[in-house]
Amino acid sequence: MSDFWKRFSRNRGAVIGIVILAVVVLVAILAPMLFPQSPWRMVQRPFLPPLSMNQYLLGTDALGRDVLTGLAYGAQVSLLVGIVSTVAALLVGIPIGALAGYFGGAADDVLMRFTEFFQTVPSFALAIVLVAIFEPNIQSIIAAIAVVSWPPVARLVRGEVLSLRSREYIEAAILSGQTSAAIIWRQVLPNTLSPIIVLASLMVATAILLESSLSFLGLGDPNMMSWGYMIGAARTVIRQAWWLSFFPGVAILLTVLALNLIGEGLNDALNPRLARRGK
Amino acid sequence: MTEPVLSIENLTIALPEGADRAFAVDGVNLQLFAGEILCIVGESGSGKSMAANAMMGLLPDLVRPVDGRIVYGKVDLLDKTEAELMDLRGRKLAMIFQEPMSALNPLMRVEDQIAEVYEAHRLLSPKTRAARAVELLTEVGIPDPAKAAKAYPFQLSGGQRQRVMIAMALALEPEILIADEPTTALDVTTQAQILKLIRDLQRKRGMAVMFITHDFGVVAEIADRVAVMQLGKIVETGTADAVLDNPQHAYTRKLIAAIPRLAAGQAPVRKEKTPVLEVESLSKTYRTGGGLFSKPRVVEAVKDVSLQLAEGETLGIVGESGSGKSSVGRCLVRLMEPDQGTVRLAGRDMAHLKGERLRAARGSIQMIFQDPYASLNPRAKIGRIIAEGPMAHGVARREAYERAARLLELVGLDVSAIDRYPHEFSGGQRQRVGIARALALEPRVIIADEAVSALDVSIQAQVLDLLADLKERLDLALIFITHDLRVAAQICDRIAVMHRGEFVETGPAHDIFNRPRNAYTRTLIEAIPGREKELATVG
Repeated sequence: MSDFWKRFSRNRGAVIGIVILAVVVLVAILAPMLFPQSPWRMVQRPFLPPLSMNQYLLGTDALGRDVLTGLAYGAQVSLLVGIVSTVAALLVGIPIGALAGYFGGAADDVLMRFTEFFQTVPSFALAIVLVAIFEPNIQSIIAAIAVVSWPPVARLVRGEVLSLRSREYIEAAILSGQTSAAIIWRQVLPNTLSPIIVLASLMVATAILLESSLSFLGLGDPNMMSWGYMIGAARTVIRQAWWLSFFPGVAILLTVLALNLIGEGLNDALNPRLARRGK
Repeated sequence: MTEPVLSIENLTIALPEGADRAFAVDGVNLQLFAGEILCIVGESGSGKSMAANAMMGLLPDLVRPVDGRIVYGKVDLLDKTEAELMDLRGRKLAMIFQEPMSALNPLMRVEDQIAEVYEAHRLLSPKTRAARAVELLTEVGIPDPAKAAKAYPFQLSGGQRQRVMIAMALALEPEILIADEPTTALDVTTQAQILKLIRDLQRKRGMAVMFITHDFGVVAEIADRVAVMQLGKIVETGTADAVLDNPQHAYTRKLIAAIPRLAAGQAPVRKEKTPVLEVESLSKTYRTGGGLFSKPRVVEAVKDVSLQLAEGETLGIVGESGSGKSSVGRCLVRLMEPDQGTVRLAGRDMAHLKGERLRAARGSIQMIFQDPYASLNPRAKIGRIIAEGPMAHGVARREAYERAARLLELVGLDVSAIDRYPHEFSGGQRQRVGIARALALEPRVIIADEAVSALDVSIQAQVLDLLADLKERLDLALIFITHDLRVAAQICDRIAVMHRGEFVETGPAHDIFNRPRNAYTRTLIEAIPGREKELATVG
């Protein structure tokens, strides 16, 4: 484990990523304490520019709501959607990929054609359709994002399993009379963990972007303040009040960047043989 | 004595922090004279390749020479810049590598790869380069050189690829040829040819050759002088005869003693025992490729193979790569589906069992694998690796772990190994774990597929002793699949020689080695490196 940290921290970008993400997580957790008021409440006159009042550092929006409070509560939504939808996508993608890779043949064909069916539809369009069919709330958004993001997981796991399948220790497990289920669960999957973790960290970033895009289009959960919604609402007044779209935009940028940096650091730390020169 | 063409003085190469020792090469002094073949022998990790790479300026980034000089023609190669080295490489110093497939560019024709050597040094015109390529290929003895020049590496056999590598190395008539394990990846008959080729070319051109190998048989065939390396230090140097016949250093003696002797003992007359395993006309054919417009490639890997194995007997299946020996083993344990034939194990036909009954029957036939690094799950503890089999067959968890502990002791490992992960063990220890795992199900038959081929010779001897001891104590029937006739001679009672999917000769080990009847068996035995030397010493 200490070895892992040593390799991880050698990548300076990854450490910066961890710091940024830690700040975002802290803000999300502490939001109700730092900003006891609802983010929807009007607190001052509209279009108050940033730094003009100490109480409302980042100013107010078109309806006089505090931008900073909105950002803090938006962090909650972004992280929640990012993590839960990624977990859901992994729960679908890993079994499908593992079964396809392990059994091969007809099972592989059927499962991979099914996966390709999802891959051929543009993911954002499919997500919009899904959210529009169900009513836009946090559950349907999470479900829609999970539905469009599991195919890459299935493909990755299938590839890993295919290459592990011919390893001698898997053959030894077959010979020792273990059932296929036991072999997949205990011999194969633990060895596919590293690339899955790396992919998952990047999927959280993509999910946050997807959620922001959906909210920007007005397909967000109407009861939850989200960064995408804030940018969408500020779109019409972008020339008078730049800060309304700028700060949520920076928040999205930093969070997604942090997750990508972490993903790269994890890749270096977990796959030392694939890492760049001199490691 | 004449001046050496190359001399290594007190060369010391440091390894990065956290490696298992501080110096890969530690104060090495060597001299290489024109017109001689100097063999550097050592086990894996002895630093022999590192020393060669230092000469060519091919050291990995984090590994650097900290002391010493490599003097070639009055200059120190370690002081040279990359550009100066580039000029020397190929022209004065050339190198051939172990694996010719990965050392050649798979997407380039052979003649272009040879021409590239001239191009890099801006010599000759494109036309003369191509002509020179064919000349060189003729010189290294490739059949039909004009056609081989137009071929891609994958269209050539392993031996032919190594000949191409040698042709490339010779292109600029270097003074020094460095050969890093050039025959290790080759079959024994091809190895004999390549060794002869290197010897002939060296004599004809008066080159100095530095030949790096782990195999004392190869040393006996080719070396004028020998340097033995252990843990980065040279422990002994001398002429080949002196080192091989009269080794001074304890480590050299240990290495030479570990080489399996070629003579197979007369098998003791054993009581007629009932056969545990009877195989009748086993066949396996591979079909690959083949679509609408192309014919599939059909390879008959196993053709009508029959064998019998009695309790407590060891049958060796020997053959070169591609002879189908591994396919036989895999068909027997049903890791591969045989097309035809029966495999009767204690009266039950293994070849046609399915599903749950196959799973249950598998306990009585187990396998030991070749690669000690790939055959243990890196994320499972040793105890679990061994206990998993019995647990899958319904043994209670505690009992399975107790059995694992007993087996670890049986194969000569400490019981504390049960809570450790595979990466904490060396190759030989891992192979012992693999053996313990195969024994855990108390099988009637064990198939060892090249079980000692990946191990250093001293470790190999220990594992072979262990196997011989276990088979004696547990009365195991063993099928030992190997390409190494020396190993087969040491452990097998009977030997089957396999060639192109068929058993060409089967008989007691002693007869196979002393009175081979089949022509192929004879070529195989004559090609064993170091055989003549050994016969001469025995008298």
